[in-house]
Amino acid sequence: MTSPEKKPNRLFQPLTKLFTRWEAQLFIIILLVLFFGQFLSPHFLNLNNQLENTNNFVDIGLMALAMSFIIVTGNIDLSVASNLGMSTVTMALLFQAGVPIWIAVGIGLLVGAVGGLFNGILVGVVKLPALVATLATYSLYRGIAYTMIRDLWVGNFPDQFTAIGQQNIPGTSIPNSLILFALFVVIFYIIFHRSTLGRYLFAIGQNEDACRYSGVQVDKIKILIFTISGFMAAMAGMVIVSKFGTIRADIATGYELTVITAVVLGGILTIGGVGTLPGVIISLFLVGELRLLMNLMNVKGQIQQIAFGLLLIISILMPRVINIIRSRQRTRQIQQELQKPTQING
Amino acid sequence: MTKPSNTLPVLQMQHIYKSYEGVKALVDVQLELYPGEVHALVGENGAGKSTLVKIIMGVIQPDSGEILFNNELVKMDNPQIAQKMGIAAIYQEASLFPDLSVAENIFLGHEPLTKVGAIDWRKMNEMAVKPLEELGIKLDVKRRVVTLTIAQMQMVEIAKALSFDAKILIMDEPTSALTSHEVADLFGIVRKLRDAGKTVLFISHRLEEVFEVADRVTVLRDGHFVETKPVKGMTREELVRAMVGRNIDNMFPKLKVKRGELVLEVKNLTKAGIFNDISFKLYKGEILGLAGLVGARRTDVATTLFGIAPADSGEVYIDGERVSINGPQKAMALGMAYVPENRQIHGLVLKSNITKNITLPVLKEFSKALIINQRKEAGRAQEMHDKLEVKSAGLDQLAQELSGGNQQKVVLAKWLSTRPHILMLDEPTRGIDVGTKAAVHELMSKLASEGIAILMISSEMPEILGMSDRVLVMCEGRLTGEFTQKEATQEKIMHAATARSLANGDTVLLKPAEKA
Amino acid sequence: MTANLKVSKKNSSTLWSRFSTLRELGIGVVTLVLIILVTFRSNAFLTVDNFRDIFMAIALTVIVACGQMMVIVIRGIDLSVGSVVGLVGMTVGMMIRDQMNFSMPLAVFIGIVLGFILGAINGLIITKGKVPPIVATLGTMSIYRGLVVVVSNGQWVDSYRIPAAFLQITRMPIFGVPALIVYAVLIAIVTAVFLKYSRTGRQIFALGSNPNAAEVAGIPTDRIKFIVFCISGTLAGFAGVLWASRFGSVVNDMGAGFELQTVAACVVGGVSVMGGAGSILGVVMGALLIGIVGNSLTISNINPFLRLTVNGFLILLAVVFDTYIYRRLGKSK
Repeated sequence: MTSPEKKPNRLFQPLTKLFTRWEAQLFIIILLVLFFGQFLSPHFLNLNNQLENTNNFVDIGLMALAMSFIIVTGNIDLSVASNLGMSTVTMALLFQAGVPIWIAVGIGLLVGAVGGLFNGILVGVVKLPALVATLATYSLYRGIAYTMIRDLWVGNFPDQFTAIGQQNIPGTSIPNSLILFALFVVIFYIIFHRSTLGRYLFAIGQNEDACRYSGVQVDKIKILIFTISGFMAAMAGMVIVSKFGTIRADIATGYELTVITAVVLGGILTIGGVGTLPGVIISLFLVGELRLLMNLMNVKGQIQQIAFGLLLIISILMPRVINIIRSRQRTRQIQQELQKPTQING
Repeated sequence: MTKPSNTLPVLQMQHIYKSYEGVKALVDVQLELYPGEVHALVGENGAGKSTLVKIIMGVIQPDSGEILFNNELVKMDNPQIAQKMGIAAIYQEASLFPDLSVAENIFLGHEPLTKVGAIDWRKMNEMAVKPLEELGIKLDVKRRVVTLTIAQMQMVEIAKALSFDAKILIMDEPTSALTSHEVADLFGIVRKLRDAGKTVLFISHRLEEVFEVADRVTVLRDGHFVETKPVKGMTREELVRAMVGRNIDNMFPKLKVKRGELVLEVKNLTKAGIFNDISFKLYKGEILGLAGLVGARRTDVATTLFGIAPADSGEVYIDGERVSINGPQKAMALGMAYVPENRQIHGLVLKSNITKNITLPVLKEFSKALIINQRKEAGRAQEMHDKLEVKSAGLDQLAQELSGGNQQKVVLAKWLSTRPHILMLDEPTRGIDVGTKAAVHELMSKLASEGIAILMISSEMPEILGMSDRVLVMCEGRLTGEFTQKEATQEKIMHAATARSLANGDTVLLKPAEKA
Repeated sequence: MTANLKVSKKNSSTLWSRFSTLRELGIGVVTLVLIILVTFRSNAFLTVDNFRDIFMAIALTVIVACGQMMVIVIRGIDLSVGSVVGLVGMTVGMMIRDQMNFSMPLAVFIGIVLGFILGAINGLIITKGKVPPIVATLGTMSIYRGLVVVVSNGQWVDSYRIPAAFLQITRMPIFGVPALIVYAVLIAIVTAVFLKYSRTGRQIFALGSNPNAAEVAGIPTDRIKFIVFCISGTLAGFAGVLWASRFGSVVNDMGAGFELQTVAACVVGGVSVMGGAGSILGVVMGALLIGIVGNSLTISNINPFLRLTVNGFLILLAVVFDTYIYRRLGKSK
């Protein structure tokens, strides 16, 4: 849809390119939350609390990075949390059976990638709609997790492993997991916004057919992004297990919806072809800040859900409501102009 | 017959103006339709035909002008009003519901009800048979529409229109997806409708069809009304001149190019049910025109060669070596490029800007270790943009904001930046203004002179005759003719394009007298 | 986006026109084969009692899946039904707690109205707010689930605090059949009749089959979408009341994950995720197949945790099969 009055100001172009209206809105909301939050809880703006809090959404964040790739192509992955369960349960059982921890972790990550690969084949080769394929594997992978570990749990992980989720960088209050997350943010940002793969992802989301006709290996790319999603889900799972020190089959149940919320809230809409990674990062921080604030205010977990559900819906409603109001204003303006008597001499 | 004997027009449109964001789509256009006539609406692409039809249908409103229906002033604010008045459109695209049955499609919204208010399926199925029978069509009304051929779907749409007691039926390019047999059936029905007092407004690029079935013709050019005349007694040249406003001789700057080596050879290419036993040679520096009516499956041959869909059997040789093309990437690696027929769906990513569209197939050239060098990329995009003289507000402009002609230029820019040896163009000047058309033809000539081999699929006879060094003709999936530029005439090509095949696979050319 | 409609080749058209009945036949055959196989493994399977258990187990899914089916037919999805079940169940549970003389019809009525309102909210967000159904119901799923805790104040309702009459709503025998099963059958029949014999029902299919043509044909697309989501919510609300009655207790996470069961029943039952096609009969058979599979796992003493895995497989098989058939018959959208 063309907006005739938007003439890109050459001076601010790089800035406007990075911070389109959506991301700026999110940023403003974070600032508002930070500002008002300090009145609602004195501990809110405490730096230590803030840093420690990032630990709480690294897991969602890792999955959201990969989910961004998938949603921008117009697909979706509902199986990430179940895949996470399957991978971490595999890792835990191997570890319990005596396999050295890091090898077990490696195998767990591999399982996650294979799970993602299976999704990728269903979507890219068999050409199932992503919603249905990942709905099936959502059940399948969680079922495999349950079948393997039943209702038992595994614990007693070695310190070097739990250090990731529980320790900070020696001498600082920066959690280890945050560094891990930052590393992946950089990698995913470069791929998304600076590489050929990223360009292809956006193009596929905007017009998949034209991509095929232009020689883009659409199916291979789909297989790749789902594999990445599975891998990152397993990675997120390792962080969770490392943080809590134990694991059960129902680990991360329901997380997929938070991940998808973070991505859509960040501006990558389910229709595909739009959005930015910085937007997703900002939305993750927003979710994290809100969660911290509500935790400090002792708001119950299930009630926090209300806030996030509202946030998701409002974030999509707002731009449309603004558009409707704007276009009504414009029509009223035009009508008023037409009714003005024509002036002869200015 | 100058005017139909019944002197009361059913539809009159006078002084119709319509502009879109400064572009004048219609300027002082008029149209008069009488009951019991087949009225053709012709004009080049961009002449304003679809805009006029959309106004008749109530889909858009004119900026000014009057519409009279049965001599009463009306305002068509929405399609439902038009439908109530008895105006029905037989769209090319599906306006049927594929999962519903034929009878349901005909009666959707006004299904017959039983006394308790439930849909009376038995009655509906019975009632559905009637309009189809009147048209001479045998169809199981319980079948889902998705199981029908396009010709049958059109019949259902016509039956649907009749069930709404339509007085005016608008057909927009109805024959483009039909076999010659189905076209004959359709025209039979059109004549039946006319004899029953209906009006058929018939939009077509196929001038032969205008002469075959229409009573009067209205010509539009560049949004202006040119004339309305009876078809009888009109010559083809007159009609073309009215449409084009100029002689078509100097439209095709085809340079004489010396033919080079054999670069592409296709042998017995077959795809079951689509095309059969296609064999031809393509040389460097030549433009090989591929003519035929729509439904001849020329696009399928091109997309198969380009690797979009595989063939069942046959051989392809490039530069003398046998190749197997299993995807567009492989085709591109072999030096092929394909400018698709549907530029908006297959040729462009409308929501992306010009740069991204142009560089999409060649991104690897600007990337080291997957990272794109945006300056290099913009440089190439600018180079191709300027080379093809794309008129735009800059490289950042979105493809969807460009006019048809400029969009096609972007598609060409994109494919030329892959530096192809073999360039396949599928309807390269369809839907383009005359100026850009000439520019594209000049470009084609230049490319041929640089040694590129060009396969040009076109449904426009003047283009085929004017631009091709050789002409191949296909009909219903088989090659039915091959002519040099000297040999090729409209008649020969048209005969080959409408050749019917006998049961034993032989091809029979129609005698000239059988065609209007 | 315009529908790129491919037409089937002539020789497969008759096969295609029989496809939908073939699809239901297919499920029927698979179910039959499964029954035979399981009967061999365990003679506890083919008994009236066991089948009554199966039907009881799937009844709630069938009720809500009838609504979900319509949503899927119009190319949407309703992820909030599980939360609606929870919220309505909790609300009604809180109301009747300790109220031994609470009017049962009133309780059911309140549940239905509440479900309708929750579904209408979905409908408004989607039609007026133009939010895609998956996002809208994702959001309301969270919101409604959160409201469960607000309503319950963190408590739950134990069975001894529920009036006996309430528990009877699902249990009382009607002509020897437990009431819950009768409700499910009635709702299935009513929805099937609605979809086949009412103009609105046919418009629902039309909208899913070709949304562009529906607009042009003057079908009130927004109104239909709104109605469909209202129906989905209403049925979920009704199911919420029945859920509380059947399980005899009301807890905060009741109904969690239920939405996926309803989608599974639809998908296995042949409802096309591309819209425009599907039948209540298929939905019932899909739910039945899933139910039988689950039951046979329990009966054969196979690892009960396999159920999720097997469900996932079933959905996969069903969809892969459908996609394969659709592609062979040349239909694409």
